[in-house]
Amino acid sequence: MLTEENRRIAQRFKEVEEENKDFANRYIEVEEQNNNLANLYVASYQLHSTLDFREVIQIVQEIVINLIGAESFAILLLDEKTNELKTIASEGEDVMPGIEALSTRLGDGILGSVAKTGESYYINQDLEDGGKVTLDKPLAAVPLKIKEHVIGLVVIYKLLQQKDSFSAVDYELFSLLAAHAATAIFSSKLYSQSERKLNTIQSFLDLLTTTS
Amino acid sequence: MALDNANFLVVEDSPTMRQLISFSLKRFKNARILEAVDGVDALKKLSGPDKIDLILTDINMPVMDGLKLVSLVRQNAQLKNIPIIIITTEGAEEDRERGLALGANAYISKPIQSSHLIKTISELLAV
Repeated sequence: MLTEENRRIAQRFKEVEEENKDFANRYIEVEEQNNNLANLYVASYQLHSTLDFREVIQIVQEIVINLIGAESFAILLLDEKTNELKTIASEGEDVMPGIEALSTRLGDGILGSVAKTGESYYINQDLEDGGKVTLDKPLAAVPLKIKEHVIGLVVIYKLLQQKDSFSAVDYELFSLLAAHAATAIFSSKLYSQSERKLNTIQSFLDLLTTTS
Repeated sequence: MALDNANFLVVEDSPTMRQLISFSLKRFKNARILEAVDGVDALKKLSGPDKIDLILTDINMPVMDGLKLVSLVRQNAQLKNIPIIIITTEGAEEDRERGLALGANAYISKPIQSSHLIKTISELLAV
């Protein structure tokens, strides 16, 4: 009778232990989600805090370094007239020389096809040649897109020394950040263009009023 | 030192990182967060009327970097006992050793995990 009771208690103890483990794992998951939500909140807040194009690009760079953990990367924008992707900002040129002047046509190579299809690329999807990173074959390339409209790319060549690889949540976070970055870049670009046009029109009006 | 009502000084040139760290620190009840953009700005804040309980500093900053700040704080009789956490992209072991040798109490590499930062602060302030 006592043995039966002991066995039952031992079984229950084991079950509670399993439940505790499950709770601990879920706690870690929730903590991770919290961390990502905080990152996303701060990043989107910063990205939409200005309409100055250079400032937006600077914020995107800060985010890619501090939140994604990249050491060497480039931000490329698509010129819709020429269908060419060109570097507009980069970091870690000593690690990957040439990233400061990347230029590729829409649809060409990995970078061109990411811009064309709007689908992110990660090197671990393609390990045929040992995953060697080159200018044309980065560690990751994430499209900057507004809905289905791609305006550029964030291309990562090397992660910080302390970050071995992308974690599962990084992929999601990276895509969400890229979406925020895209709208911020696009709005600031439109704003600076309209400011320029406004200045031109104003100068023209000034000229007309002074000559008449 | 109680974890509640603590005064933190966040020294970081990147506004994004400053906001992210400050956001994490809000988990401490009634936390008061002062921000500085470089070492010189931090020293000004440290000589102000607010008593700082913990400093969180980046290394790479213009004007005065984080390592110089750590060294100056440790040489100052009034400030030398304030716990300091270095938060940086420099992840090499020699960088960590250098930071700790200068007198930092903890060294956290970016990208930071909020839970890790909170745990480190809790340990330092609970002493």
